[in-house]
Amino acid sequence: MFDQNRAQEILKRLQRFSSSDEIEVLISGGRFALTRFANNTIHQNVAEENMVISVRTVIDGKTARSTTNKTDDDSLRRAVQAAEQLTRVQERDPDLLPMAKPGELPPAPANPPSRHFDSSARITPEDRAAGVGKIVDIAKRNKLVTAGIFSTGDGFEAIVNSAGVNQFHRQTSAEISITMLADDSSGWQKANSPDVTKLNPEQLAETAARKARESMKPQELAPGKYTVILEPSAALDLVGFMFYDFGAQSMLDERSFLNKRMQSQLFGANITIHDDAYHPLQSGAQFDGEGVPRQRVALVEAGVPKNLVYSRGNAARMKASEMASHVGHLAPTGHGFPLPNDVGDAPMNIVFSASPDGSKTLDEMIASTERGVLVTRCWYIREVEPYDKILTGMTRDGTFLVENGKVKNGIRNFRFNQSLVEMLKNVEMMGTPVRASGEEAFDMVVPAMKVRGFNFTEVTKF
Amino acid sequence: MMDIASWALNTATQRGATYCDVRIVDDRIRALMTKNGKVAHASDSETLGVGIRVIANGAWGFDSTDNLSRESVEATAARAVEIAKASATVKNQELHLAPEKPAVADWTTPHKVDPFATSLQQNLDLLMKVDEELRRVEGITLAEVNVNFRRYEQWFYSTEGSDIHQTRFVTGAGFDVYSFAGTEIQKRSYPNSFGGQYQNKGYELIGELDLPGNARRIAEEAVALHKADQCPQGNFNIVLDSSQLGLQIHESIGHPIELDRVLGYEANFAGTSFLTTDKLRKLKYGSDIVNVVADATQHHGPGLGTFAFDDEGVPAQSTPIISNGEFTGYLTSRETAHAIGDNRSNGTMRAEGWNRIPIIRMTNISITPGEKPLTFDQLISGTDDGIFMQTNRSWSIDDKRYNFQFGCEIAWEIKGGKLGRMLKNPSYSGITTEFWNSMDAICSRDQWTLWGTPNCGKAQPMQTMGTGHGASPARFRNIRVGSAFRGN
Repeated sequence: MFDQNRAQEILKRLQRFSSSDEIEVLISGGRFALTRFANNTIHQNVAEENMVISVRTVIDGKTARSTTNKTDDDSLRRAVQAAEQLTRVQERDPDLLPMAKPGELPPAPANPPSRHFDSSARITPEDRAAGVGKIVDIAKRNKLVTAGIFSTGDGFEAIVNSAGVNQFHRQTSAEISITMLADDSSGWQKANSPDVTKLNPEQLAETAARKARESMKPQELAPGKYTVILEPSAALDLVGFMFYDFGAQSMLDERSFLNKRMQSQLFGANITIHDDAYHPLQSGAQFDGEGVPRQRVALVEAGVPKNLVYSRGNAARMKASEMASHVGHLAPTGHGFPLPNDVGDAPMNIVFSASPDGSKTLDEMIASTERGVLVTRCWYIREVEPYDKILTGMTRDGTFLVENGKVKNGIRNFRFNQSLVEMLKNVEMMGTPVRASGEEAFDMVVPAMKVRGFNFTEVTKF
Repeated sequence: MMDIASWALNTATQRGATYCDVRIVDDRIRALMTKNGKVAHASDSETLGVGIRVIANGAWGFDSTDNLSRESVEATAARAVEIAKASATVKNQELHLAPEKPAVADWTTPHKVDPFATSLQQNLDLLMKVDEELRRVEGITLAEVNVNFRRYEQWFYSTEGSDIHQTRFVTGAGFDVYSFAGTEIQKRSYPNSFGGQYQNKGYELIGELDLPGNARRIAEEAVALHKADQCPQGNFNIVLDSSQLGLQIHESIGHPIELDRVLGYEANFAGTSFLTTDKLRKLKYGSDIVNVVADATQHHGPGLGTFAFDDEGVPAQSTPIISNGEFTGYLTSRETAHAIGDNRSNGTMRAEGWNRIPIIRMTNISITPGEKPLTFDQLISGTDDGIFMQTNRSWSIDDKRYNFQFGCEIAWEIKGGKLGRMLKNPSYSGITTEFWNSMDAICSRDQWTLWGTPNCGKAQPMQTMGTGHGASPARFRNIRVGSAFRGN
């Protein structure tokens, strides 16, 4: 298994081929496998092993990157030469900082949580097939057809540089996603965890099957504004569209919806959001693309956007900008992407706080609703307008009418055009934040939400 | 490469595979981008590896590795067989591969200039020149310019005897420009949004696009949008430019005709399709002037879906998809062709790289231009009342591909056969077949462009693929406009 010593050894070999002022290497890889099923059959079953060596050189205030997936001397030499060639041809960038040095970095917590589990690393194709077999059995018992995935992985990330940064992260992953299909309805569930033993394929399959059964013979409801109850995956995919705007680069580029809005009451007072790579339900490396330890950042407190996240370079640029006095705490937070890049920085470990009014269960949200729509999952969300964050998209795989405190029947799927800013002003109830997984956004710790006045503009044919 | 392939083919066969194919891929990419006068991105990448796909016990298995030593390749092939045997334990249907004659071939994208042979300085100078021109316009707050080059070399071998070597060159370039003022962010892109234009071509594409010559006009439009009227809501005749029509084809024709979606293979992620097999040759998909082909042949042009053989070793073909408005064909594979009674795949299987399996992919899904000469100006002058929309800004469609909504960057009102006031935030929406049946005019060949969509996502694990879409500007009657902003 790849380790920190091996990363250092590769750095030393790269340095032999390099004449640059500074050099950095990001190394990632591992083994990943995914078993895919449809029509109650495993129809695709794939695996890969790979290692990516990505070299960044700095020469006289200029930088560039070259990547290979080979570790022989010729390949490493070629990667260094390509990076240096791309570096030399540029103009000097006065904003480019020297590479990160260990003594200058913000501190990391002493005992970060381990995200590597032997249970996940040891999973075999037979184990995944057995899990799928259970899901298919539940589909057949319910006279449904199922499709989905069961994936597992065991990987690592390392970042080392000539200034002494030496970061390493190992992690396993496991994910199950299940769709249950009937003639005119469907249901869906998805979950993931670094620890495969935390996933329960049968429970997920039973819930997806129940949703498919209960949404049969869907009725058409007129478009309009409805109270919605968004299950955590649906809430996740919507709110996920705003977090790149919390990166300093987005503010500096003046394409963030937070421009001119920091420190104002933008959302409801029940919305508090942190970026926290150390949260027990979070995942991923606890350092950024330059090896800077990730810091816990309060992004939104009681509905007020308070702070942004920063790469090293963008913290310096922001300090020199006229926005500096409005953006809260201003320092490198360990949220930069590997340089050079056009995106800059973004929070990647979002954690919503529980509502100050107390968490409600999904059943309590339903029971409190006179007339509304329960949404399992959203689909194909895109940004229509960037400053009010108007998002369009569809509901999918289990959309229900709620009437007089009860789930009444399945309904045809809606298209929405909804401002995210408005939506987060209108959250009436929240569930306990859970690790949720969707398709449009990265995984987060997010609650189910009951939202008033959600804007459905059209209805489709199923 | 032949040695590597034979290690895999022999091992797979010895371990019980009844079929095996091997793809060795050497993929090289260069990406350069400037942002507000600085280099924002400068990178080269290369990846080389082997993917081994097998059938054992009547089920699929696939494994892949970056380690091309004999020991590693043989172990990977053995694991692929083990994976296939595990697949066979949850099997509800039998696998049938449509027969295909083995091929021996060598093919390279026709190109005049190898983009990797051009100097870095030359490319950075071009980007900076465009950047400078864009930021000369007052009100521009962000300018991004990019060029991208790819050289994708693949060796394909199978137990049936195929030995196919293909090298594809992809060149892409474009710019986008933002203007933030008040409470509004407006954006314009050229020649298309999301990275510009991409084709299977050499560096000659960069000159054809004339990025510097279009920079000033596009930047001025981005700023002017702040003062433009909001696009109205209601039902209107609309004219779409060819790039937007290309994306409309991609989403509301290209995806629904993927037979794997139709058969439920993508039900958990990308979705299914309203085009159930009972609709073949029975559904009136569009009006009589709607003719669409799926054409991967070189004859069609340098689209991102142009090749000599697909990743199952099936030769490139041209398939009629919509003929005079009638739905006539799907995109198929060797595994799925039998589902519609065909005895041969129409050659659409492609993989993102060595570490992914081939899946059904759009090739070049293009609408045939009008047969009678019709320029864009003539199309507008023949339209009494309507809205002309240009360049995609947002796109969304449901998981069966019925209900869609597109936003565009800019629009102009059409009154009395003339383009009038500029409109901001245009959008339109509809139901796929109703929309295509409302098409009543399309410009002729001289207005037709083969657009490249470099970022089509599908499958689990996700694969990104380039697809081609030829289109001319076209007119649609009585379309719902402006729903995106209703209620907001």
